[in-house]
Amino acid sequence: MSSQGRSHKKNKYLGSLIVNGVLVLICLIWLIPTIGVLITSFRDSREIFTSGWWTVFPHRGWVQVGDPIPVDPDIDVDKPFTVAGVTSTFDVLRRGVETEDGRKVTWIGNKRSPRIVIIEEQRWKGFSTSLTLENYSDTLSGKEISFIDGAGNEIIRQGNNLGGAFLNSIAVAVPSTIIPILIAAFAAYGFAWMNFPGRKFFFTIVVALIVVPLQLALVPILRDYTQLNLNGTYLAMWLAHTGFGLPLAVYLLFNYIGTLPRDILESAFIDGASHFTIFQRLILPLSVPALASFAIFQFLWVWNDYLVALVFLGDRNQVVTSALASMVGEKGQDWHLLTSGAFVSMILPLAVFFLLQRYFVRGLMAGSIKG
Amino acid sequence: MHSSAQKNVSSTLVRWVTTGLGRVLISLFVPLLTFVVLWQGFIFLRDTEAPQVVVILVAILWGVGGVGLLFYVSNWLIERLPGGWTQRLQPFVFIGPALVILTWFLFLPTIRTLILSLQDAFGRNFIGLDNYIFALTDRIMLEAFRNNLLWMIFGTGFSVAMGLLIAVLADRSPLEKVYKAIIFMPMAISFVGAGVIWRYVYSFRGEGIGIQEIGLLNAVVNGLGFRSQPWLLIPPMNNFFLIVIMVWLQTGFAMVIISSAIKSIPMELMEAARVDGATEIQVFFRIMIPTIKSTLLTVTTTIIIFSLKLFDVVRVMTGGNNGTNVIANEFYLQQFTYNHSGRASAIAIVLLLAVVPVMIYNLRQFKERKAF
Repeated sequence: MSSQGRSHKKNKYLGSLIVNGVLVLICLIWLIPTIGVLITSFRDSREIFTSGWWTVFPHRGWVQVGDPIPVDPDIDVDKPFTVAGVTSTFDVLRRGVETEDGRKVTWIGNKRSPRIVIIEEQRWKGFSTSLTLENYSDTLSGKEISFIDGAGNEIIRQGNNLGGAFLNSIAVAVPSTIIPILIAAFAAYGFAWMNFPGRKFFFTIVVALIVVPLQLALVPILRDYTQLNLNGTYLAMWLAHTGFGLPLAVYLLFNYIGTLPRDILESAFIDGASHFTIFQRLILPLSVPALASFAIFQFLWVWNDYLVALVFLGDRNQVVTSALASMVGEKGQDWHLLTSGAFVSMILPLAVFFLLQRYFVRGLMAGSIKG
Repeated sequence: MHSSAQKNVSSTLVRWVTTGLGRVLISLFVPLLTFVVLWQGFIFLRDTEAPQVVVILVAILWGVGGVGLLFYVSNWLIERLPGGWTQRLQPFVFIGPALVILTWFLFLPTIRTLILSLQDAFGRNFIGLDNYIFALTDRIMLEAFRNNLLWMIFGTGFSVAMGLLIAVLADRSPLEKVYKAIIFMPMAISFVGAGVIWRYVYSFRGEGIGIQEIGLLNAVVNGLGFRSQPWLLIPPMNNFFLIVIMVWLQTGFAMVIISSAIKSIPMELMEAARVDGATEIQVFFRIMIPTIKSTLLTVTTTIIIFSLKLFDVVRVMTGGNNGTNVIANEFYLQQFTYNHSGRASAIAIVLLLAVVPVMIYNLRQFKERKAF
C-alpha cells in the first residue's frame, strides 16, 4: 500500500514536471522573438549587422589573440603557401583554418591588402557591455540621422519622427476611445430605459451593423472626406473610429446597462430626476466596469490599427503604426531603427496590459467580435 | 438695502429669462454660442502653427469636450420644450447621435459600396457584373482565396489547438497565471509591431565571406548544418511563415476563453471518471472536449472571421508579393494602387458575404455568453 502510494506520488511529480516543462518550452518560444527585438534595440548599430542578438549573452566564441601577423610580400598567394604554421590556399584561409591546438588562422581582406592574418582562440565571452540608447533617439527623431553599417561605412538617413507619431497616436486614440463610449452609453441607455416608437427596429439595425467589415465603408467615406477636406485630420480619424466602433459598443453597453436593477431607476424617477440626471449621476458610475473594459479594448484597437490610419491619414499626421510600417518599407534592413521603432509602438499597449490585466482580458474578449 | 436692490435686479432678470421671449432668445443663443465655440476650435486646429503638444492637448479637449457639450446643450434645449415634447424628443437626444453616425459611416456606405461595385473604375458608368466576374474568377483573386483558405484552416486550427493545449496544461500548474500572461501578451501588440518582430526572426543575409546570419531562424538552420533561406520569398511555404505570426497572436485569445470554459466543468464529473479508472487522455477526449464543445466552436468562428479579414500582417511583411496575397490586401491594392474603385468595392462585398454567415452564428453564441 505504502509503496503504491509512493509510486503514485512519484507519478504525480513526474506529471507535473512534464506539464511545466512543456509550458516553459512554449512560453520560451513565445517570448524569444520579442526578447530578440528588445535586446537588438539597445545594441550598437555596427554590432547588429555583424552578429546575432544572442551573442550579448555569455558564450564561447573566437577571440583574437596577439597582433595581426603580416604576410611576407614575396609569397605568391595564388598557390598554396604557409603562414603562422598553417599551409593552405588563399580561399581556404579567407574562411579561416582551424589548427590542431584549437586556434584559428584567418586571412583578412583581399589578396593585395592589408596582407595580414589574425589568430583566434575559443574563449568565454561575458555579457556584452556596449549597449546604447542611441537607436531610440535616432528613431524618435525626425531629423537627419547617421549610423555605421556592418562594413564600417557611415550612412545618413532621414529620421522617421516616431516621437511625433507617438503624440499623433495619442491625439487619435484618446478621443477615438472616449467619444464612441460616450455616444454608445447614451444610446444604450436610450434603448434600455426609454420608450419611443421604432425602438426595437433601430436597435436591430445597430446590432446588425456589427457584421459589416470596415473595408466596406472605406471607399465611400474616403470620398466624403475628400469633399469635406477632412483627410489627414484627427477629426477624420475620431469620426471613423467612432462609426466603426459604435455598433459593438452600443450592443455591449446595452447588455450591461439593461440589466441594472429597475428599482434604482424607478426610485430616482419618483424623486423627480430627469433621464439626463439619472444617466449622469446613476448609470455612468454604475457602469464603470463595463466602460473601462470596453475603453481598454477600443483604445488598443485604435492604437494598433493600421488600415484606417493608412487610408484616412496617409502621410499627414502619421500615427505609430503607419510610421513604423513606412519604416519597414524604406529601411527594411536597418534593424537598429526597426527594433527600437517597434518597441516605441508597443510600449503603451504593453504597459496597459501589465497594469490593467484583468480589464484588458475582459475587454479583448468582449471586443473579439468586432468587424 | 444694497443687497435687496441686488435681489431686485436679479429677480427681474429671472422673470425676464422665464418669460416667453427671453426663453426663446436664450434657447437660440445657447446653441449658437456652442456652435461658434466648436467652429472656432475647428478653425484653430486647422490653421494653427502651435507646437505639436499644444495642438494635441487642444484637439483632445475640443473633441471630447465638444461631444459632451453637444449632448448637454441639446438635452438642455429639449427639457425646455413645452408639454409632451420633452418626453417625445428626449429619446432622440440619447440615441440620435449614434444613429446619425452609424448611418453615415456604416449603413449608407454599405449601399454605396454595393452601387460602386457595379460601376467602372471611377464610379461613373454602370458596367454590370464585370467587377464580380473579376473578383470571383481572376487569377489574382483565386490566389488570394487560396491563401485566405490556408490562413483559415491552418491559422485557426493551430491557434485553437495551441490555445487548448496550453489551457489544459496550465490548469494543472501553480504558475498558471504567469504562463497565461506570457502567451496572452502578443494580443497587446499591433500587427505592424508583430510584423517587425517576425521579419527579424526570418531575416536573411545570404552567403559570403564574413556574413553572419542575424535572423534567429536562419542562425538555427545554419547551426543545424543547413543553408540559410530567404523564408518570405519562397512560395507557397512563405504563407506558412506568415501564418505563424497569426498563431503567435491569436493563441492567447483562444487560450483565455477555453481556459475559463475548462474551469467551469464540474470537478465531480472528472473525478468520477478518474475513480472509474479513466486515463487522463480518456478524461480529456470523453469529458472535457464534449463539455466545452460550444466554446471551442465560438473561438474557432471568431478566429475564422479574423483570418478572413486579415490585412496588416501581409501588407507589412510581403505586400502580398511572392504568392502571399489575401482578399483584404487585394482590396487595398485595387483601391489605392490601381485606383479601381469598382473592383475594390466588389471585393469588399465578397468579403462581406464571406464573413456574414460566420458572424451571425458567432453573434448568436455571443448572446449566450456574458460579455462583462
